[in-house]
Amino acid sequence: MSDLNLLYTDVEDDLRSSVRDLLTDRCAPADVAAVYDDDRSAVAGLWQALAVDLGLAGLLVPEDRGGAGASAREAAVVLEELGRAAAPVPFLTSAVVATTVLAETGGDLLGDLASGELTAALVVPLSTAPDGALATVRVADGRLTGTVTSVAGALEADVLLVPVETREGIAVYAVSATEVVLEPVVSLDMTRQLADVTLNGVVAAPLISDAEGAVRRALRTGAALLASEQLGVARWCLEETVDYLKQRRQFGRVVGGFQALKHRLADVAIGVDSAAAAARNAAAALAADDPDAEVATAVAQAYCGDFAVTAAEEAVQLHGGIGMTWEHPAHLHLKRAKADQIAFGTPGKHRARLAELVELPAAGG
Amino acid sequence: MTIDELRQRIADFLAAHDPATTDRLEFLRARYDAGLAWVHFPEGHGGLGLPQAWQLDVDELFEQAGAPDNNPQMNGIGLGMAAPTILAFGTEEQKQRFLRPLWTGEEIWCQLFSEPGAGSDLAGLATRAVPDGPDWLVNGQKVWTSGAHFADFAILVARTDPDQPKHRGMSYFLCDMSDPGVDVRPLRQITGEAEFNEVFLNDVRIPDAHRLGEVGQGWQVATATLNNERVAIGGRAAPRESGMVGVVSQTWREHPQRRTPELHDRLLRLWVEAEVARLTGHRLRQKLAQGQLGPEGAAMKVTFARLNQQLSGLEVELLGEQGLRYSDWSMARPDRVDFTGRDAGYRYLRAKGNSIEGGTTEVLRNIVAERVLGLPAEARADKDIPWKDLPK
Repeated sequence: MSDLNLLYTDVEDDLRSSVRDLLTDRCAPADVAAVYDDDRSAVAGLWQALAVDLGLAGLLVPEDRGGAGASAREAAVVLEELGRAAAPVPFLTSAVVATTVLAETGGDLLGDLASGELTAALVVPLSTAPDGALATVRVADGRLTGTVTSVAGALEADVLLVPVETREGIAVYAVSATEVVLEPVVSLDMTRQLADVTLNGVVAAPLISDAEGAVRRALRTGAALLASEQLGVARWCLEETVDYLKQRRQFGRVVGGFQALKHRLADVAIGVDSAAAAARNAAAALAADDPDAEVATAVAQAYCGDFAVTAAEEAVQLHGGIGMTWEHPAHLHLKRAKADQIAFGTPGKHRARLAELVELPAAGG
Repeated sequence: MTIDELRQRIADFLAAHDPATTDRLEFLRARYDAGLAWVHFPEGHGGLGLPQAWQLDVDELFEQAGAPDNNPQMNGIGLGMAAPTILAFGTEEQKQRFLRPLWTGEEIWCQLFSEPGAGSDLAGLATRAVPDGPDWLVNGQKVWTSGAHFADFAILVARTDPDQPKHRGMSYFLCDMSDPGVDVRPLRQITGEAEFNEVFLNDVRIPDAHRLGEVGQGWQVATATLNNERVAIGGRAAPRESGMVGVVSQTWREHPQRRTPELHDRLLRLWVEAEVARLTGHRLRQKLAQGQLGPEGAAMKVTFARLNQQLSGLEVELLGEQGLRYSDWSMARPDRVDFTGRDAGYRYLRAKGNSIEGGTTEVLRNIVAERVLGLPAEARADKDIPWKDLPK
């Protein structure tokens, strides 16, 4: 365990303000809520602005491959802001997870992702933990067949990275989105809408043979940085609720002065500070390629996954009636938090992994 | 001075004062006089006016050289609370008189703040200090005083003007515990031992030269002391699995036959929270080094108390039949606080104090809500009424 910086650098603060400015302009809560009514008209333009204009698609891609050569620390700050806005963009699925799968590959695909020209997705259920089962698609005579359910980022993707079980282990095939059947799923969190992906004998060649390491690394990166998205969700819930409780009056007083409410907000504030420490630690460990990164990831997911849900549930409750309405954006964050709790493995799965890593064996173990 | 120059100065000091052959007290006094005691203190008072963050390096270098320590376990109140307050509010004479023997451990300190009628509402305290020639005569009762039975001095808050509203009529004193009017009686607690005391003050005579801060400024001075207390409790560097979580994890590893899925689930949840709390403390210290610290120390203490209680409770259950046994109910008078010492039952009972001592969890939540989040303060109906007219 090295001495990782858990705060934000000036560069990270600057990156945060550009992302926040753009989201304030182009990702208002009403735009986000529209995706639940099948109006995704704002999504493509927003992703274009983030991916290309701000260059976030290539954030994790090395400079000599056309990217910004930044680290997990910066990607984590972007995810805090995307979580804060519940932004319906495929940054995590394409610019983090798919990009990490491709990190070691040659060819043009990584550069095309970096420039934002193409968007990609790893074809596994969003709930897949870093040590979970990977491949259900089979290959025979160079043709891929199978269905993968609940895939995030597939609807926005041009290229699908499909893990396939081969005789030599797991390989990753790159398949054009136009060659598969994409069945959009009515999702709990429509800001990260899922799709069922079916391949009916798609002709393809493997992009990466022996790809299990790359895929698991990508899933671990996704899990580690998801914690920062969860932190962003939780921080928004806290700030929004504090602001509201400072102006909402009942019984002739501002309700934020009632101890029954302000103590609950104090607990959320304590949790946000804790989530920040856990999420920054995971991102910093990943960026430094620290040997402790796997523990840091499991700790961050085990903590932030549950805490973001708590923060969102508290936001709904403490807003009272208005928190239950479609009009107020609290529900967007509740749905994102609840879906995120399952994404890349539930907190329980991460605790089970942690039990192995830190030698606290289960009963009978 | 750079940190490398500081390291050189320590090396030079150690060369001139070999810890193996130098008398313990002589070594500590020389270290103080060389400005290597607490390097963030000013020159002439045991320091060199350097960043507080460098102190960790200093302590490590002295420890590696086998230097004697200044008995910090017995003098936590002195080092953590009295010293920074004396530095901030003391006269030059007071700093010269008190800081050196405090740091060397020649004089141990305790804290006479809480009273039976003034706990969370400390500003309501009733101990009176009345001028008597060049002195003050102090009468009253203090409680929850750890170390009073071996302390040489105390930081004391007393009421000097009952006609003022409660926050304005107090003054802060440095009280000699050997005064014949100081009567220390053990206060037995739920663990069976008496780590704390009740202290009765009967015509205790304190020279005006031992008043810290102005007459009537006692509340401000006391607040500075208490802020140091919370930072001291919440801000310490710690490796993974230190403290209560380490004790319980060890018990888990040593008792495979006692493991159940339900206990495993609870242990892992608490282990994660303890690790996150450790990281949060680490982050807090990084903020402190940048000078960004607000009242977040209060938040740390709320978490620390809850985790200590839940973890120690879990351990008693984990031990099963063995958890039914207790080491010793007899009234010992320990000379140091040890939250993780003795057996599981002791740890469970002692941890109950963690959410009460140094600010109850409820008061700390108010602090977080009001000073971090800016929510409305509690109604304080008594704040403008003269103290003597308040309902008692």
